[in-house]
Amino acid sequence: MVFERLNYSSTNMDRHLLSELERFLGKDAVLSRPEDLLLYEYDGSVEIARPQCIVFPRAAGDVVRIVGLANRYKTPIVGRGAGTGLSGGALAREGGIIVSFARMNQILEIDAENQRAVVQPGVVNSDLNAAAASAGLHFAPDPSSQKACTIGGNVSENAGGPHTLAYGVTTNHILGLEMVMPTGELVRIGGKAVDAPGYDLCGLFVGSEGTLALVTEITVRLTRLPEAVKTLLAIYDRVDGATETVVEITGRGITPAACEMLDGWTLRAVEAWVHAGFPLDSAAVLLIEVDGLREAVEQHAKEISEVCKTHGAREVRVARDAAERDLLWKGRKNAFGAVGRLSPTYYVQDGVIPRTKLPQTLKEIDRIGKENGFEIGNIFHAGDGNLHPIILFDARDPKQFERAVSTADAIIRFCIEMGGAITGEHGVGMEKDRLMPLLFTEADLALMRRVRDAFNPAGLLNPGKIFPTGKGCGEVRIRPMPQRGEGNSAPATGRDFA
Amino acid sequence: MPGAPPQTHEEAQREFAETLSGFTAGDNPEYADYSRCIHCGLCLNACPTYRLWHNEADSPRGRIRQMALIDQGRMELGEGFVTHIDRCMDCRACETACPSGVEYGKLVERARAQIEKNYKRPRASRAIRNFVYRRLLVAPKRIARMARIVRFYQRSGLETIARGSGLLRLMGLQQRAALLPRIDREFFYSRLGRTFPAQGERRARVAFFAGCVAQVTFTALNDATIRVLQANGCEVVVPAEQSCCGALAAHAGVRDVARGLARENMEIFLREPFDAIITNAAGCGSTLKEYTDLFADDAGAGGTQTVRERERSAGLAAEFVPKMKDVTEFLVELGLSAPLREMKLRVTYQDSCHLLHGQKIREAPRKLIRAVPGVEFAEMPLADQCCGSAGVYNVTETKTSMELLAEKMRHAASTKASVIVTANPGCILQLRAGAKLHATNQEVLHVVELLDRATVHNS
Repeated sequence: MVFERLNYSSTNMDRHLLSELERFLGKDAVLSRPEDLLLYEYDGSVEIARPQCIVFPRAAGDVVRIVGLANRYKTPIVGRGAGTGLSGGALAREGGIIVSFARMNQILEIDAENQRAVVQPGVVNSDLNAAAASAGLHFAPDPSSQKACTIGGNVSENAGGPHTLAYGVTTNHILGLEMVMPTGELVRIGGKAVDAPGYDLCGLFVGSEGTLALVTEITVRLTRLPEAVKTLLAIYDRVDGATETVVEITGRGITPAACEMLDGWTLRAVEAWVHAGFPLDSAAVLLIEVDGLREAVEQHAKEISEVCKTHGAREVRVARDAAERDLLWKGRKNAFGAVGRLSPTYYVQDGVIPRTKLPQTLKEIDRIGKENGFEIGNIFHAGDGNLHPIILFDARDPKQFERAVSTADAIIRFCIEMGGAITGEHGVGMEKDRLMPLLFTEADLALMRRVRDAFNPAGLLNPGKIFPTGKGCGEVRIRPMPQRGEGNSAPATGRDFA
Repeated sequence: MPGAPPQTHEEAQREFAETLSGFTAGDNPEYADYSRCIHCGLCLNACPTYRLWHNEADSPRGRIRQMALIDQGRMELGEGFVTHIDRCMDCRACETACPSGVEYGKLVERARAQIEKNYKRPRASRAIRNFVYRRLLVAPKRIARMARIVRFYQRSGLETIARGSGLLRLMGLQQRAALLPRIDREFFYSRLGRTFPAQGERRARVAFFAGCVAQVTFTALNDATIRVLQANGCEVVVPAEQSCCGALAAHAGVRDVARGLARENMEIFLREPFDAIITNAAGCGSTLKEYTDLFADDAGAGGTQTVRERERSAGLAAEFVPKMKDVTEFLVELGLSAPLREMKLRVTYQDSCHLLHGQKIREAPRKLIRAVPGVEFAEMPLADQCCGSAGVYNVTETKTSMELLAEKMRHAASTKASVIVTANPGCILQLRAGAKLHATNQEVLHVVELLDRATVHNS
C-alpha cells in the first residue's frame, strides 16, 4: 500500500471541522480564537509552533471522534498534557489540532494489593503519587517537573528523573495502554499482568513522542516506598573529585537510588531561592540518595561517604529528616527554573555519555564554553551519565543565540564521540530531529520510519517530529524578536523568546 | 517595521516600548519582570483556575504570556485578556511554585492597572467599580452608613423574610447572601485613637492597623487581637485617622487610589516610633508590605504624582515596610509569654493565600496553633489552595468561588477537625459561609481568636 504524506500548510482551520468538533465536544472544549492559539504555541522548550485549534476531550470516545474528523479533513493531531516538555513534543509543528488531555485527569483505580493503578492521561504525576502514598506506594518516574507534568506526557516522552538510576525510566513502569490509533480504532496493549502475551508493544509506544497513537488510559506499576532512605550531600572543592566519585561508586557495584551533580555556579543560583544550605563556595556537590532495607541503606551510605572522602570531598552531610531531604531535593528539582533568575533565556542540553567519561566530558564542556564565550552551568543525573549543561544567552541578540546553539551542538557532538547519545530524557521532538543523523545511519532511521509508517502512515499524528525534516542538517530556526503586529499571520514555527 | 532592525538590546527594548506595546507608560508589566518566566509550566497545577478549567489562558504561565504578547504588540488589550485577568484570584500560589522567582502579583496588578487605564468596561461595571474603589472604601463614614443599612436588614427581620420567602433563591442570590458579613452591634471606630496598656512588663510598643470593612464586621477579632498582644506584653496604640490599606484598590488596578491611601497610612503610622505595625488581615498585610512597589520608578508615570512626591513616598515606604508585621509573624518572633490554658480541640489550618504566598509565612500560624496545650493539629490536604474568597472574587466571580469552596470544605471535613483556623478576615467569611452551605458543623476562627480563648488574661 502506498500512502501519500499529507501536506499541511493552511493557517485557518476549516470552519466545518470546527463546528463539527464543537457540536460533539461542546463550545467550551474547543478553542480557536487567534489569542487562544497564541497560548498553545509554546511549551517548556525554546521552540514555538502554532496550532489551528485546541480541543479538550473528556473520554476515549471523544478522542476516537476527533481522530475520525481529523482523518476526514486531513488535519494533523498533536497530543498535549501540561506542556512542560523540553523538546517541543507537544507543539503543532505543522499546524492542526492540539488534543489537550488536561481534562481527562481522573485516577480510575488504585489497586494497592497488586501494586498498580489505572489513570487517565491528564493525571498530574505528583497527584498520582499523593494518592498512592497512603498505601505506601509511589509511581517511580520522577521528572523534575512532576508537580505539573502529566502521566500521559511521561508515557509519550518516556520521562526519566533523578531516581531513574535505580528505578528505571517510565517504560519500566507501564503495564498497559489504551490508545486511539490514527485510523480511529480504540485498542488496548499490555494489561495488568507483568508480562502480557504477544509482542511487547508497550515498549514500542512508550516514548514514541505522540507519533504512533494517542494514549487515553494508562495502567501503571506502583512501587513500594522504600523502608529507609538516606540522602547525602557531598561537597567538593574540585569538580573532578565529584565526577571521579561517581565513577567509583558505581564501579564498586553500589547503585544509589539517585546520584545528582550540581556545579558551583548552578548551586549559587539554586541556593538563592531554596536556602537548602548548599555551600556557596564549593566547586560542585553530589546529591546521593540510597534507599531500600534499613541495614543495607546504612551500609551503603557509609561506604559512599568513604568514597566521597577518598576523592577529596571536604564534607559529607547526611539529611537528618524528611524535611531536610525534601529541601535538598527541592533545590535540585527546581534548579533549571532557579537559573532563570540569572538569565531569562537559557538553553538546557540533554546529552548522554557513559558515566566513566564524566571527568573528561566536563572538562571539554568547560573548554567549549570558554572558546565560545559562555559560562556553562552543569547540573545532571551523574549516576547515569545524563548531562544537562545550561548555556545562558541573551535572546535579544540573534548572534549570541546562534552561538549558543552551535555551542550546544559542539557539546552534543562530543557526547556522541564519547559513545553517548543526543538525548537522555527530554526527547527528540522538534529540537533534536536535525541531530538524529549524527547518531543513526540512514538505514537505522529508515527502520524507525517504517515503524512509524506502519501505524501512522499519513503522518496524521505529531508530524515533523523525531525525524530530520530534510531541510538540511544543522539548519537553525531563528526568530529573535516578535515583529510588529505579528498576529496570526506570522510564520507558525520558530524559536521562542517571549 | 520602521527602518533597519535594532542593533543593540537597548535599542530593541526601546523600540518595543515605544512602538509596539499595547500598554501605556506607567504601572505597566515590564519586560524585566515578565521575561523571568521561562514557561516551564511548574505553576499550572498550583493555580486554582487552571485546576478548574485546564485552559492555558487561565493559568499563570498563560496570563504572563498574554501580558508579554500585548507588550510586544502581538495581541490586543481586549475582552479576552480582560476576562482572563479578571478571573485570576491573585492568590499568588504560582509565586510559591515558581522556581524562577517571577513576581506574579506585581505583574497582575500592573496588568489590571493597564486595563483600568486602557479598556472601557460596560457602563454598569464602571459605575460599580468607581463607587466601591473610589468612593466607598476610602471613606469610613460611607462604610459605616452602608453597614448600618445592612445591619437594619439583618436584625429587623427583613433578612429572615427574604430567606423564608425564597426571594433570594429567585434572584439567584442565596449563595452571595450567605457571604454577607454579619454587621457588628458596636463598631471598632470607637477604639481609634486609644492606647491599650501592656499587661505585666512592657516588651514592645506596637501600632495596630484596624482595616476598613473589618471595623464594622470584625470588631470582635480586632478586640481579640489587641487583648492577645496586651497579654503578651505589648502596648498597643490604635492611631486615629488611619485609612484602608488600599489592597482591594491595588488588586483591582486602581493604583492611584491605592497610592493615596498608602501615603495617608505611612504619614500616620510613621508619626511615632513603634517597634512594629501589626495587622491581623493577611490580605492587607501583603499590600502594606508592598507599598514600595506602589512608588517604584515607573509608578504612576504621566499621571497623578510628581517625581518629587514619588521620591518622598518611596522614602517613607522604605521606612514603613520593614515595620509591618502580620500578627502571627510578630507573636512568633516575640515569643508567647502569657500562660495558655488547655483546650481539647481538633484543629485544622487553612493557609491564607496572602500570608503564605504573598508574605511567605507558613510556619508562624501553625506554631501558634500548636502552642495551645491540648490542641490536636490536623493538616488538611491542599491547605495551600485558595478557598475562593480572594478579596472581592467571591462577589465578582461567585460561581467559580463556590466551586473552589466546595472542594475546600470537602478537604476541611476530611480532617474531622471541629475548628478551622485561618489568618485573614476574607477567608473567615468565606469558610463560615462554606461551613453553613455544606453543613460541616465546623467553627471558623482566626489564629488570634483561638489564642485569645486559650490565653489566661489577668484583668
